[in-house]
Amino acid sequence: MSLEVNIEKSLGDFRLKASLPVEGGITGVLGASGSGKSMLLRCIAGIEKPDRGSIVLDGRTLFDHGKKINLPPQKRKVGYLFQNYALYPNMSVSKNILCGLHGVKDKKEREARLGEALRMFQLEDVAGHMPSGISGGQAQRTALARILVNKPKLLMLDEPFSALDQHLRLRLQIELKEMLAAYDGAILLVTHSRDEAYHMCDKITIADDGVFSPVRETKPLFADPATFAGARITGCKNIARAEKLGEYEVRVPEWNVSFRTAQRVRDGVKGVAFRAHYLNARTDENRFPVTFEGEMEEPFEWILLLRYEGQSPDSRPIWWRLPKDRRPQELPRQLGIAPANILLLYE
Amino acid sequence: MTKLDLFPLWNSLRIALISTVIIFFAGICAAYYIAKLPPVIKGVTDAILTLPLVLPPTVVGYLLLRLLGPNRVIGKPLLALFGVKLTMTWWSAVFATMVIIFPLMYRTARGAFESFDRTLAYSAQTLGLSNTWIFWHIRMPVCRQGIMAGTVLAFARALGEYGATSMIAGYTPGRTATISTTVYQLWRTNDDAAAFRWVLVNLAISAVVLIAVNMLERKKA
Repeated sequence: MSLEVNIEKSLGDFRLKASLPVEGGITGVLGASGSGKSMLLRCIAGIEKPDRGSIVLDGRTLFDHGKKINLPPQKRKVGYLFQNYALYPNMSVSKNILCGLHGVKDKKEREARLGEALRMFQLEDVAGHMPSGISGGQAQRTALARILVNKPKLLMLDEPFSALDQHLRLRLQIELKEMLAAYDGAILLVTHSRDEAYHMCDKITIADDGVFSPVRETKPLFADPATFAGARITGCKNIARAEKLGEYEVRVPEWNVSFRTAQRVRDGVKGVAFRAHYLNARTDENRFPVTFEGEMEEPFEWILLLRYEGQSPDSRPIWWRLPKDRRPQELPRQLGIAPANILLLYE
Repeated sequence: MTKLDLFPLWNSLRIALISTVIIFFAGICAAYYIAKLPPVIKGVTDAILTLPLVLPPTVVGYLLLRLLGPNRVIGKPLLALFGVKLTMTWWSAVFATMVIIFPLMYRTARGAFESFDRTLAYSAQTLGLSNTWIFWHIRMPVCRQGIMAGTVLAFARALGEYGATSMIAGYTPGRTATISTTVYQLWRTNDDAAAFRWVLVNLAISAVVLIAVNMLERKKA
């Protein structure tokens, strides 16, 4: 169960550079749109041809520029769940799933496998329906069933929830995770949503303008992203350039403050970040005078925009996010942050 | 009322049918393969193949005569080797009609293929289905409406072809006469009543074809 991708591809001004080992479990590819996530999947599936490098799945070379190997998509055994699910509109749910069973020549066995899939993916009631007559969740399950009956060695999911209504997404994430538990190959899940990535993925690589970061475990990555791109995509709102001041201290010129940190500051530190809900009026550490300049109301939280005293006018305001019931009557004049919540960024 | 000689009807139908069947496949093939060509070559090929749509049919007829005439590049060797005459026969009209209706079929098929969601083909490829299977079981059925429209349009146009046909097949009653050349000939010889009867026949066929297509489309939808 392993995929080894080392590829480069240029498309106009865009350059994709991926060097990833992918092993069992769900590996997330998290990145903004246009960061090359889908292009990576298309290269692995054989729809796009990389300019250089190699792709090896379970010891089988799918692509090797040097050896002039480029297997067609048909021979790669890579399952690809498209964003729009790509169900064939001229075929019923059953016929769609049968497309994944074309390799099973025995008719009885084919029918048996179809019945099994319909049961497992709870599609028995809509087996005869056309794709235009089923719900988004059913469409997702049909597409997934069609792929999994084909027994791919690798499963790739491209933004599997983007075609669904917002209120369905969380429920279907749980559902999808259950259905995928029975699959024993490696899974690549592409998403731009940090929540989806956090819920679904064991490990994550971050795509930033065509460059893919080394794969890291999900929880440590969110706790300490260590890169600007990682901090941004995991939802850090307050990010700035910084320089080392001491073993446990950094200076942030654009905010005109210095932070004490819990982590040891290594040489070559380039920036700091802290999440919007870690600012605290009662913390004495890293406490600095602030002035408020705006606010945004969310259903259950307030976002207050503020600036440190002497903060560069060019830099963006600091975000402070707090639950509605914890908003003080009078806004504090100073705010602190626990040193453990200061994240250090190295690239 | 004199009995109507039905030869022009039969001749028109067989010319239109044969050329539509051939152009159905040729147009779809061209649309499928030309879509994959690099942009510059695609533009040039596209222009050449669409030319008959904008040229006057008489110009097409002239060019065909230059190629197929008994003393010309293609016509001469065929006549010498096989004794086959390519002009002034009923099947000469098939050549003319094919050239005229090709752009209609090709362009509508291309339009249908271009609006085809490519992820459908990609997903089928990743499932291991062959490109030929995908073409016949997914691409063609999904593009059915556009292709049907193109076929009907081509057939209707084939039935009405006059300019190029009259130049390359002429008008020989009982041998090369089609409905459209007969109407012209009868009108020219002041046989207004007979001409009018053929006009009615033509109107009836066209109406039946169009109504049939409408009903077919409604049933499927």
